[in-house]
Amino acid sequence: MVEPVFLWRRLVGAQIRSQLQYRASFVLDVTGAFLISFIDFVAVLVIFHNVPQLGTWNVHEVALLYAVSSISFALTDLAIGHLDQFPQKVRDGNFDILLVRPRGTLYQVICSDFALRRLGKAAQGGLVLVYALASLHVDWTVGRAALLVVAVPAGTVIFASVWVVGACLAFWTTDGGEFTNAFTYGGTFLAQYPIDIYSAWLRRFLAYVVALAFVCYFPSLYVLGKPDPLGLPRLLDFASPLVALAAALAAGMIWRGAVRHYRSAGG
Amino acid sequence: MRLDWEIARRGWRRYAAYPWATVAGVFTNTIFGFLQAYILLAVFRHRGDVGGYDARDTVTYVWLAQALIMTVYIFGWYEFALRIRDGSIATDLVRPLDPQRYWLAYDLGRAPYHLLFRGVPPFIVGALVFDLRYPSPLAAVAFLVSVTLAVVVSLGFRFLYNSAAFWLLDYRGIATVSVCIVVFFSGMTLPLTFFPGWLRTIANVLPFASILQSPVDIWLGKRHGLELAGTLALQVFWAVVLLGLGRLALRSGSRKLVVQGG
Repeated sequence: MVEPVFLWRRLVGAQIRSQLQYRASFVLDVTGAFLISFIDFVAVLVIFHNVPQLGTWNVHEVALLYAVSSISFALTDLAIGHLDQFPQKVRDGNFDILLVRPRGTLYQVICSDFALRRLGKAAQGGLVLVYALASLHVDWTVGRAALLVVAVPAGTVIFASVWVVGACLAFWTTDGGEFTNAFTYGGTFLAQYPIDIYSAWLRRFLAYVVALAFVCYFPSLYVLGKPDPLGLPRLLDFASPLVALAAALAAGMIWRGAVRHYRSAGG
Repeated sequence: MRLDWEIARRGWRRYAAYPWATVAGVFTNTIFGFLQAYILLAVFRHRGDVGGYDARDTVTYVWLAQALIMTVYIFGWYEFALRIRDGSIATDLVRPLDPQRYWLAYDLGRAPYHLLFRGVPPFIVGALVFDLRYPSPLAAVAFLVSVTLAVVVSLGFRFLYNSAAFWLLDYRGIATVSVCIVVFFSGMTLPLTFFPGWLRTIANVLPFASILQSPVDIWLGKRHGLELAGTLALQVFWAVVLLGLGRLALRSGSRKLVVQGG
């Protein structure tokens, strides 16, 4: 159990050191990531300029959803966002190299990059979280605080699982990268808003099958002490860590199955 | 003219070469269309009108925006900057063809491919699920003219921020900020009609409304007679201004250009 973590730290540490060599570029990239994600939140504010509530949610409550979704997604993007370039590895046959090394292929892919510049995105989510918590007057209990703290890593694991499953598509077509975007970038966009405003079929598919409702909707309901507008069992509020675990196991299995379809481009 | 046509055909063919990328892109645009449509429809549960748009206008706006996202190429384009950076620009400048004219012709060949294959399919899905608004024959023609102008305005601006690579080793900072501004002020993030008054004023004096809000407003029949002519004229104005600035950047940039290696 210790060895993979140690190796990951060595490999990622090297990535981070190399990225910090070009300070000016790094600062620009972080600022860029911060600005791009800032637009999404300005959109939330502009919507609430026109309307006091979205469904049963006010601007501060949506800010909480937004913050948890953005931070989780930014951390996923930080650690495995380079899966977006994975189809390239399959197309040019470089995946062969991973197959002959004495480590799991998914593990090696995850270790191959670490985009520290995406901290800009996480920082923006963090600021929105501060804004949300400062304006919400949450009635804090140990349970609520604990659930909020657990929600971010659970959300990160859920997003990461979705991303890994999406990347598996590359074993069938290397041009389908944007297909995955619908679930990753689309997923964080969906989770930034209360899922009860979506129509039933979209909600059932993306929120429960793809498990995106467990990123922030259910944990936020509990933290806010809010009745569920959809009237679902309250036990779901605590399900995020379990769902994350199940998602990770499922993603690992799907990856292993998909790798068997790999046919080298030769070379 | 013959040359422009040949370049345009290559622009079309390059994107037509990856049909699965097109299918995947259509899927993603469709999902985003649904998400955005439901989010904005939730606003209309509380009120019937936002800045002159009713629920039907707004949902139509969402699907048109998803349909035009690739046509007007809103999410960043760095090909010209990359050619400056890797020195290929030296070859381009030797050719008896102006680089800006080349990219304009190329882009006008690319845009119809994206309009037909990335724009029409998600719009049809949207039209099957939602009650959308459709243009009069005159508005439909004006819409196509306006989209063409939008592509030129967009290319004009993209060429301009790519030209920053003449002066900056790392063009990405300028490019990222430029893309942010276009995405927000063109009306891609939200219709400009949703903006509070002061923000709308800013959006209206910038060229970016000509990239998305103008063609969509024409489709929705929000501009008639003189106002319609004025909208198109403003798009022409911004196309000329941005292409002109691009020319200046190209001229002064290539004068100081130093290409390393050989």
